[in-house]
Amino acid sequence: MFADLLIKLALAGIVFFGVLNLAGLHTWVERKQSAVMQDRIGANRASILGIRLLGLFHPLADAVKMFTKEDFVPANGDRFLHALAPFLSVFFALVAFAGIPFGDRLILGGRVIELQVAKIDGALLYVFAMLSLGVYGVILAGFASRNNYAMMGGLRASAQMLSYEIALGISVVGVVMTFGTLDLQEMVRAQGATLGGIVPRWGIFLQPVAFFVFLTAALAETKRVPFDLPEGESEIIGYFVEYSGMKFGMFFLTDFVETVLVACLATTLFFGGWQVPFLFPDGFHFPWGAAVPVHQWTYILLGVGSFSLKVLTFCWLFMAIRWTLPRFRYDQLMRLGWKILFPIAVANLLVTGAILAILHPGGW
Amino acid sequence: MRRKRELTFWERLYVPEIIRGTWLTSRHFFRNLFLHTAHRFGLLKGIPAAVTFQYPEQPRPLAPRFRSRHRLTAREEGTPRCVGCMLCETVCPARCITIVAGEHPDPNVEKYPVRFDIDLGVCVYCGYCVEVCPEDAIRMDTNILDVAAYSRDGMKLDIHELMDPALRKPLAECKLKFPHRCAIHGGGERGSWEAVYNQTGSDPAGSDPIRG
Repeated sequence: MFADLLIKLALAGIVFFGVLNLAGLHTWVERKQSAVMQDRIGANRASILGIRLLGLFHPLADAVKMFTKEDFVPANGDRFLHALAPFLSVFFALVAFAGIPFGDRLILGGRVIELQVAKIDGALLYVFAMLSLGVYGVILAGFASRNNYAMMGGLRASAQMLSYEIALGISVVGVVMTFGTLDLQEMVRAQGATLGGIVPRWGIFLQPVAFFVFLTAALAETKRVPFDLPEGESEIIGYFVEYSGMKFGMFFLTDFVETVLVACLATTLFFGGWQVPFLFPDGFHFPWGAAVPVHQWTYILLGVGSFSLKVLTFCWLFMAIRWTLPRFRYDQLMRLGWKILFPIAVANLLVTGAILAILHPGGW
Repeated sequence: MRRKRELTFWERLYVPEIIRGTWLTSRHFFRNLFLHTAHRFGLLKGIPAAVTFQYPEQPRPLAPRFRSRHRLTAREEGTPRCVGCMLCETVCPARCITIVAGEHPDPNVEKYPVRFDIDLGVCVYCGYCVEVCPEDAIRMDTNILDVAAYSRDGMKLDIHELMDPALRKPLAECKLKFPHRCAIHGGGERGSWEAVYNQTGSDPAGSDPIRG
């Protein structure tokens, strides 16, 4: 019992260490990637003892700045809710990672350890529930500020997040039908097989339409450009206009954590999670018949490495999209969500159902 | 001018155009990333990876006719070429030049500036003073751009800084030998012509290289 608790704590520690560091690094990636994309150099002046290290100290400088700034609460604002909102935002974004499997089961001293913080049968439902609860942080921030503009910003944000959650949810239902499970770990295992022995049985090959809908809706969920109407840092007044210091920093961190979460989800659902093509628990089995045996630890490490690599690639892609596309107008946003993504997702669902009914006439 | 153009069907599909845009920015990204990495290893230094000038360390190239901070040109023995004719003070549209003229020992020169102050906080960098000067005594070719100070007084240049553009406030000591007045000495007069001519060993008369 005690050992189980220790293992769970270690798993949670590993996940939070990875996620929080990746989210912190995103502030650096955001500056540097945008700079390199735009033929600039980017922030490189923060130095410790004359060492600049490609501007990697800028996140540190940011943190120092955030913590030492005045923590402002509006005179008529609700002090308690005002403080609670950023915590809720970060909390639900971080807790959602418990459902994400980042490696295959590890057998250590006769004990089977699933490399997933919480082994939940309905992990997908859990992750989506936590993602939805993030709206509370946003709407509370707008409400507790007792500022009409912040309130409008909060409403705008929740309208956007709720609208896109529908498209997001329906696009994922197609994937759930294909793999026949809500358990993310099982879903990743199901993606280990191959189609015709050559193409890995990943979600993107089975559900390409769902992938595009998911990607778009997930980007909207993270509230970043081109869907950053809730925030609109410099132009539109968003829900965190009355926030300063580290509370503002927490909303910012939430954005980055959610970006990582969405990258993890896209990897798990559509890119085979920790699967490496042609790698099975006992080694590589290539379609042309060659086989390379692999030790258990190597197999686990390859899996975790593959998962991390895919997540980082998605983070890069989201960043590239964020620095390429201009912001949507609000009516365009709603039209895209309700009139384009929603019907496509439903159509995808119907087609998937029809194909499954033909392939499995007797049902599951 | 076409203010609004209907999008074609291909453009309205969003996805192809989004991929095209992302392809464009990603091309820049990977090209620049490759060049940055190559520069780290000392390769391909000739191809720039960014258009940035790292300003204080790496100034931008300036045009030859660029008007920067002023300087007073000097004669051989280190005295200003200025003859205190007041043309620049008169022509200055911002009225930022203050000259106090004094008697020069050389009979061919007549006058020289005892004080020559320019208030850069007021100067508009029009360059009229340079154009109007009959003696080529004032120029704007120092290429100094970082004119900044914490006070208005800090923006006022006196004859020390104008004679030697390398000087920066606060001035430590006075190196000018000819009689002049400036803030270092509390507005009092300092220096003598003997110090100037004893050092170079020349005669006051006929010392001007232009007039012979």
